[in-house]
Amino acid sequence: MSKSNFTRRGVMKTGAIAGAALTLPTYLRADAHAGFTNAPGDSEVVLGFNVPQSGPYADEGADEIRAYELAVEHLNGGGDGGMLQTFTSNALDGTGILGREVKYVTGDTQTKSDAARASARSMIEKDGAVMVTGGSSSGVAVAVQALCQEAGIIFMAGLTHSNDTTGKDRKANGFRQFFNSYMTGAALAPVLAAQYGSDRKAYHLTADYNWGYTTEEAIRASTEAMGWETVNSVKTPLTQTDFSSYIAPVLNSGADVLVLNHYGGNMINSLTNAVQFGLRDAQANGKNFEIVVPLYSELMARGAGANIAGILGSQNWDWKIEDQLGAKYAGTNAFVRSFGTKYGFPPSQAAHTCYVQTLLYADAVQRAGSFAPCAVVEALEGFEFSGMGNGETLYRADDHQCFKDVLVVRGKENPENEFDLVEIVEVTPVEQVTYAPDHPQMGGAEASLGECNNGA
Amino acid sequence: MDQIIVQVLNGLDKGSAYALIALGLTIIFGTLGVVNFAHGALFMMGAFCAVITSKILSVSHQVVDPTRSDFLGNPMQVDTFYVQDWFGMAAGQTIMDWAVPIAILFAIPVMIFVGFAMERGLIKHFYKRPHADQILVTFGLALVIGEIIKYFFGANPIQTPAPPAFTGSLDFGMILGYEAQTIMYPYWRLVYFFFSAFIIAGVFAFLQFTTFGMVVRAGMADRETVGLLGIDIDKRFTFMFGLAAAVAGVAGVMYAPIVAPNYFMGMDFLVLSFVVVVVGGMGSLPGAVAAGFLLGVLESFASMPAVIDLLPGINQIIIYLVAIIILLTRPRGLMGRKGVMEE
Repeated sequence: MSKSNFTRRGVMKTGAIAGAALTLPTYLRADAHAGFTNAPGDSEVVLGFNVPQSGPYADEGADEIRAYELAVEHLNGGGDGGMLQTFTSNALDGTGILGREVKYVTGDTQTKSDAARASARSMIEKDGAVMVTGGSSSGVAVAVQALCQEAGIIFMAGLTHSNDTTGKDRKANGFRQFFNSYMTGAALAPVLAAQYGSDRKAYHLTADYNWGYTTEEAIRASTEAMGWETVNSVKTPLTQTDFSSYIAPVLNSGADVLVLNHYGGNMINSLTNAVQFGLRDAQANGKNFEIVVPLYSELMARGAGANIAGILGSQNWDWKIEDQLGAKYAGTNAFVRSFGTKYGFPPSQAAHTCYVQTLLYADAVQRAGSFAPCAVVEALEGFEFSGMGNGETLYRADDHQCFKDVLVVRGKENPENEFDLVEIVEVTPVEQVTYAPDHPQMGGAEASLGECNNGA
Repeated sequence: MDQIIVQVLNGLDKGSAYALIALGLTIIFGTLGVVNFAHGALFMMGAFCAVITSKILSVSHQVVDPTRSDFLGNPMQVDTFYVQDWFGMAAGQTIMDWAVPIAILFAIPVMIFVGFAMERGLIKHFYKRPHADQILVTFGLALVIGEIIKYFFGANPIQTPAPPAFTGSLDFGMILGYEAQTIMYPYWRLVYFFFSAFIIAGVFAFLQFTTFGMVVRAGMADRETVGLLGIDIDKRFTFMFGLAAAVAGVAGVMYAPIVAPNYFMGMDFLVLSFVVVVVGGMGSLPGAVAAGFLLGVLESFASMPAVIDLLPGINQIIIYLVAIIILLTRPRGLMGRKGVMEE
């Protein structure tokens, strides 16, 4: 006769412990032997592309996905290699990353912080993504960056322009190639003063969320330093579509410049309303009334149509820059050729920053010889490179922000086709847009990256 | 004073849109007893009728221009529009420029058909279900329509300009004796206001002065008695659903140059229009129109910088605040009838 050692209580205890272990996030248990979260196997590595596939920035998201697919193709040795041919670091050779084939998963941020965190978490916990990248909103970028920091994953931000991403909310595991509100202000203000004079009165309409605030703050500080006066600033709801009641009082406010701190559909609608109300043709204080849109986007410019003509703004990159300003911006034509051949139209700046971020991550892993986040952080910090379309670029160690030239652009009066919507007015050199890591607009002395986190 | 006039004018065009949507909502509720949360989607579909018409009129074929090159350095493919081939450059351009007014001719039959299809295909199955079920199914339908539009047209707004003759602004201040450029008002918004007034008057006249309208009004008051008289009131109510869809559709077509259409615009208007219907009084057509204009004007005033400085955030809550006050003081809304939605 045999006697079983199993007891009802024992089975329940064991079951409860096993259940708890199974429900633990993978990044708290798996791959602990490797010393970091989601250490890839020997054959492949998974990257997580977290972009808006629905919601108001779905078009940007679609362009970001195109760029990511192209980057993966190039990393795995497919296509014409794109910027791998021009990137000054020669670590990448088209054999994947550290010999592993690059695979990817995608998530939908919906341009909502909670949805973006949920999809990023899913990619990390279920799909084993070793790096998360993408997004078209600063709120999303800050939220996902914080999640990646906790999880011990590298976050390579997509299109995010708020100062906070690499300012007060900077994180050691997060990196941004895209420029920011401060840089826009520093690049745009001298051009505005040169084009419209230093005796101007500005009226700001500002989207009522984080990015709007930092952009207004940056533009005000820069233009006021040039002698402009800010006569009023009005916050507009993010959900607003008809801006007529905000636009109508502008003409009688004493202002002669309207600054639209709006992006996406907000920008298209507010600019359209401003033109409809005759602001482009109006005179104020004995001068031509002017409109400024600090952050340009090709997709937005297309949406705004003819209303964008003559309006000044800034961009991180433009697909024509190498043709117009020469080999300093090498990489642009290689990328445009690859992208244009594959998809039939030139890439947006959202596509560019996402493509470049993927290559920069892969290159950092290759140079570090490890996927461990802290090794990648070390490889990216202080990294200087060119051949990625922006000229000489520095990934600054203090805040993980890329420093490079900034483009001031203007809506074209007579575009030749639907892609040729902006003309480059000036390229502001990197020195002019560089600031101290503890700049007050960037969170001051309290802002800190914290410690890098390997997770696991 | 000039600022007050400006905001009244702004409120009138915004109120026109609210009134037109709320009018359709009230017609559907008054006739079929259905709370149609897909009505904003019908407005959005109307706006996209303008986009589609504009795209149809701009259909082109490509001709290679060897003297120019595209972004990849290949010979440029230049778009040549069929309407310009057929009618000449100037006439073709004029036809393309007038795409929005032309779209009304396209939108009316399309939207009546959409209305019929919605009512016969889906909504009639929910007549006897609770209002909560109707709201859920029509809200779901609105989301589906929005996603379909996004699939075909993308997420970004699409510019659909007014004809060039109406793209400028009227110096309203000069007419009233103010200095030049004191009160500017876009011509198209004036057109929209008069167009809305015309449609509203037309709907009221149809209901008031035609036999069909008289039967519909009788059916709205006492459906069973009208049915006992041998009149197939359901058919007439189905037609009214189509009419309400057409009203929302043409409101959307004409609104396209004011706010560039996107797949979400219906939702933006839907919530506000429901507040308008409730404030006006459920089932009351004059109430819906009056509340539309009232709330449009109040919303404009709440967006004045001086008002926002005094009461920060008031621009985002004014409509709901007014709704609360009106419903507390007049629970049936401004012109609500006793017994409607009170069972």
